[in-house]
Amino acid sequence: MLMQTEETEIQTTANDQPGNVVLRIHHLYKSFGSNKVLVDFHLDVIRGESLVVLGKSGSGKSVLIKCIIGLLEPDEGDIEIFGESISAMTAEALDKIRARVGFLFQSNALYDSMTVRENLEFPLRRHWIQVSQQEINDMILQALDDVGLAHTIDMMPAELSGGMRKRIALARTLILKPEIILYDEPTTGLDPITSREIIQLMMDIQDKYNTTSVIISHDMNCVRTASDRVVVLVDGRCYALGTFEELSRSQDEKVKQFFA
Amino acid sequence: MNLSPNLKSFLNEAGDIARFTGRFFSQTIRPRFEWNEFIRQCFVIGYLSLPLVGLTAFIMGLVLTMQLRPSMVDYGVESQLPAIVGIAIVREIGPVITALIFAGKIGSSIGAELGSMKVTEQIDAMEVSGTNPFKYLVVTRVLAATFMLPVLVLLGDSISLYGSYLGVNVKGSTSFYLFWMQVFDNLSFSDVLPAFVKSFFFGFAVGIVGCYKGYNSMKGTEGVGRSANSAVVLSSILIFIIDLLAVQITDALGIN
Repeated sequence: MLMQTEETEIQTTANDQPGNVVLRIHHLYKSFGSNKVLVDFHLDVIRGESLVVLGKSGSGKSVLIKCIIGLLEPDEGDIEIFGESISAMTAEALDKIRARVGFLFQSNALYDSMTVRENLEFPLRRHWIQVSQQEINDMILQALDDVGLAHTIDMMPAELSGGMRKRIALARTLILKPEIILYDEPTTGLDPITSREIIQLMMDIQDKYNTTSVIISHDMNCVRTASDRVVVLVDGRCYALGTFEELSRSQDEKVKQFFA
Repeated sequence: MNLSPNLKSFLNEAGDIARFTGRFFSQTIRPRFEWNEFIRQCFVIGYLSLPLVGLTAFIMGLVLTMQLRPSMVDYGVESQLPAIVGIAIVREIGPVITALIFAGKIGSSIGAELGSMKVTEQIDAMEVSGTNPFKYLVVTRVLAATFMLPVLVLLGDSISLYGSYLGVNVKGSTSFYLFWMQVFDNLSFSDVLPAFVKSFFFGFAVGIVGCYKGYNSMKGTEGVGRSANSAVVLSSILIFIIDLLAVQITDALGIN
């Protein structure tokens, strides 16, 4: 386990496995007015791992994930995805990177005016993936099969339950077969049973497609079940890093409050 | 300089809308063009507004004619009723009333739709799906509103004049041919053109204000309602301001 205190700086880089680092965050700063949300945040994410970013509500977890996908621009620092800095990218290059990085929104963000089929088709069409209509149909059915909701293909999002909407959002994220999936609080607003199902689904998907997962959460059940490593975000900094077991044994007050 | 908070907020919003409008123009001229979405929006904004515009235009023509008749009879110029109503509808009442109905229906719908997409992260989802949401959502809607309102105004004017024809015949008897001859004999190019041109500006104002309010919606569902409401209020005020400017410009150019 690695800890950051007043005097020490946490070791968050993976120098021993540089080729396996798919996402590298260097000294990231982000503020909104006088509110400093991210302060010198740095972290490496290794290919194939499931990394959970744990923090209190309003601690900047969602801001971090939106900086990673380029929805928010950092004030300072850099983010490299697959070795390429996204801050220096053109819009076209960023779109290409985004086709390889899936994002599951906290609110699912399904398009209300489109059917499930059209929701899943949208990223395929917009990223100009060169596939025939038959292949698109097969990809949609495959993604819906993966989340166990093939029968909802012609339904509208408003006709689905909260858990089903989350699964459809996950299917839409999966349709481009991303190498990294960013999950923004995937179990928020779901009942405990559905939450467990979604977590299991996330783990199944990671095993099946060998994706790298970055999960933003404060749901300890999700953290315990889905994490290979956990980052504790405190005051905008990467405060502690380790496995769930390591951090749950920590005597540090700021870490203990999450695992108590 | 000390500005009152209300004035400061008004100036800030005016600046934001000006920037938003500038962004609209810069995004409109750059490829790629979202033709499919533009055509879909023309259908939603134009075609689906036709029943409401048609109904209100028909009633407006009918009522205007019936209310004008007693005064025209008093002055002994009842025969001029089609000409007077025709000029009033084509020059002023048709474009303005149609634009206000349009602002109520389309301004609120765009404000609420984009506002709801904003607070449920659908706009962000579009961006990560390789789509420029401003082009896809804003440019298409503003262009569709700009081009569809003049078409609705032309159709609304025609329906309104038909309502007027029925109004003339409630207490009198005028043939369909004679009614239209009287209307068109008294209409000139300078009556039709300024009214047609200003309806493009009305449509643009409704589209840009609806999109601005929706795209910048905040504070959850309450913010969505506020966006829809303020889109209608602001675009209605802008319609009257544009109308005022249009009459000054046509006066100055001698198009009367």
